[in-house]
Amino acid sequence: MISLKDISKNFGKLKVLDHVSLDLKSGRSYALIGPNGSGKTTLIKSILGMVIPTSGEILVDSHSIFNDWKYREKIGYMPQIGRYPDNMRIGQLIDMMKNIRQDLTKTDEELIDSFKLFKMYDKPLHTLSGGTRQKVSAALAFLFNAPILILDEPTAGLDPVSVEILKEKILHEKRFGKLIIISSHILSDLDELTTDIVYIFEGKVQYNNTIEALKEETQETRLGKAIAMLIRQKELLFSVTE
Amino acid sequence: MTRVIKYIFYDILRTRFILFYTFFLCLSTFALFQLDSDSGKVVLSLLNIVLMVVPLVSVVFTTIHFFNSYEFIELMLAQPINRRVIFLGEYLAVAFSLCIAYLVGIGVPVLLFGANQSALTLLFTGVVLTLVFVSLAFLSSVLTRDKAKAIGIALLFWFYFSLIYDGLLLWVVYSFSDYPLEKVTLTLIAFNPVDLARIIMLLQLDISALMGYTGAFYQQFFGSYVGMLFSTSILFVWIILPLWTALRIFSRKDL
Repeated sequence: MISLKDISKNFGKLKVLDHVSLDLKSGRSYALIGPNGSGKTTLIKSILGMVIPTSGEILVDSHSIFNDWKYREKIGYMPQIGRYPDNMRIGQLIDMMKNIRQDLTKTDEELIDSFKLFKMYDKPLHTLSGGTRQKVSAALAFLFNAPILILDEPTAGLDPVSVEILKEKILHEKRFGKLIIISSHILSDLDELTTDIVYIFEGKVQYNNTIEALKEETQETRLGKAIAMLIRQKELLFSVTE
Repeated sequence: MTRVIKYIFYDILRTRFILFYTFFLCLSTFALFQLDSDSGKVVLSLLNIVLMVVPLVSVVFTTIHFFNSYEFIELMLAQPINRRVIFLGEYLAVAFSLCIAYLVGIGVPVLLFGANQSALTLLFTGVVLTLVFVSLAFLSSVLTRDKAKAIGIALLFWFYFSLIYDGLLLWVVYSFSDYPLEKVTLTLIAFNPVDLARIIMLLQLDISALMGYTGAFYQQFFGSYVGMLFSTSILFVWIILPLWTALRIFSRKDL
């Protein structure tokens, strides 16, 4: 569904993505992990066309996204830090997004209901706390029933009840055969939500396989331990080759 | 596109700055008409306000607006909307609101006190100058990620075209005064939209005789049909070129 072919991105001298090639298929959900500044968000933003790769090609449904914008209809995106026009209210924002997207036949307002956002429709966006902001971002990402969901640290800053609601929702969508990409540092969440692991380190994809395979390779039953093991192995390899 | 423009337009109206701007222009025009009954003189005084204030307000307002709507732009970029539509939407909404403010602020009093050819030219040049400086401000906004830097560049444009360029021009004319410079200055004026607007206005006000032989030459050139067409099209180049450059940069920018 999404394939990245030899993507590189430089910000000046800094190499953020270094020849990344990935194939992301419908019906699977991918955990994007890696230390801070390893290029996860840049990768996500490249798929969305917000960052334009220095070289390489990205295909969504086997069409290049370069100079295209229509394909974003298929994507629901939840940013790491939701930044919204300050002087708007939650209700106005949601109305605006609906108005701009237009395909209102299949909107999914479940999260608006379960997060009780409708009670806060009159709240200006600049007064929102980090958690509420996160809820708004999540509600918007799921609103249009997009077949691809890209969630950048979805559970960061949410209270335990809301985390459960959001996880339930992600699992629900997963069952519909959507392609889900989640970047997160909370490994216990990823264990339940995802089927595949993509580990990025210093702009390179170091590991890309299913969670079962990873657990088998590392002889660990918990994802957290397995990943810690994987990272240690990679670091060891890295220091040897250095 | 219209939906995007609609939301940007609402956003601009909410800041109320446009209303203050309209009010300020209206007040100064009224005051000038109260001071002097000769509408020719009033238009001349208004010209000085227009040449200084309109470009300044346009660049500052546009740059601040662009950076304040960064969140909106980011939000729109994740939606199925063309980048060009977002950018041109921003441009059209800002340019439209500034032009309307100008036309209402200067136009309404001028119409009340009796409009003539020169007043209409003043309205026209003001609108064109607004568009030129909004374009330049958009260019400076996409050149950098830093709001303060962008405002700095935008103000530099204003400073350069309103003050520095004239100084340079004067220096050229003065130091090469032994040579025939009419055509050279004519060319040099085309490189400054403010000068271009000023010349169009001065010729319209029929005081070009004050500028001596050069004035007569300009009168001959700009006064003619071809001259008017030439100056107006150069002004339009001043609108299109920065806007087009900014659009190209914006459609490749990482956000």
